[in-house]
Amino acid sequence: MIEVGTSLPERIFYVDRALLKQYADASGDQNPIHQNEEFAKSVGLPNVIAHGMLTMGLVGQYAADWAGGSAQVKEYSARFTKPVIVPAGEKVDLTVSATVGEVFPDGRVRLDLNATSAGVKVLGMARAIVVKHG
Amino acid sequence: MINPDAIGRTFKGAEVTISQNEIDAFCAVLGEKDTSIAPPTFSIRISLDQSQAVLTSPEVGVNWDRIVHGDQKFEIHQPLKAGDVVRCDSTLEGYKQMAGNEFVTARSDLYVADKLVITNWSTLVVRA
Repeated sequence: MIEVGTSLPERIFYVDRALLKQYADASGDQNPIHQNEEFAKSVGLPNVIAHGMLTMGLVGQYAADWAGGSAQVKEYSARFTKPVIVPAGEKVDLTVSATVGEVFPDGRVRLDLNATSAGVKVLGMARAIVVKHG
Repeated sequence: MINPDAIGRTFKGAEVTISQNEIDAFCAVLGEKDTSIAPPTFSIRISLDQSQAVLTSPEVGVNWDRIVHGDQKFEIHQPLKAGDVVRCDSTLEGYKQMAGNEFVTARSDLYVADKLVITNWSTLVVRA
């Protein structure tokens, strides 16, 4: 039964430098803050950070998987509040969970998504409107 | 400073054809096994390129090195798939200044065969 307040199971994605390189190539976003530690630190960042859109993409995957596939996601929005920091040689967590925020009369469901990395909330107001398959 | 005359303007994009390879690569990063359609956030690959071209054009005048992605929204009417010929029009929809930073919202409308399939909004922060 899906109703307002229903909690979805937590899932952990792992992010490392190799994934950032892979996303840079897949997205075309080759900004060096996502690949080059020296450059990232030179612009005041603590280390290399993940692309905000990679974080959003993985959290979107969580929503799509729950709903039954990419085609079920109708709207999706998020604010990039804090970066996912990715030190060399480490796999950092992106821990995702959600609660049902609204069930619309036409069956669409709003998921209020939570995403943290190393215990820090990385997305604000992350919401997906999905049609759950089946 | 963004040229204030650019706010509210729509910039028509060139047509691009979506390839299966692009979708496969994006799906691989996210762990999506169904590559028959593009994941919900795939259109950023097209729209952010377009936003960058528009904002950094001499008539708008933004230094891309100072840009940070503030927030992002997608409305998906029809997922993209391989072979789609997409035109992306970008409108500089919103603008404000806060604490010396500039915030510009670029709305990107993606059309396949003149049908609106996706609208996405990127709020980009030009750091002071």
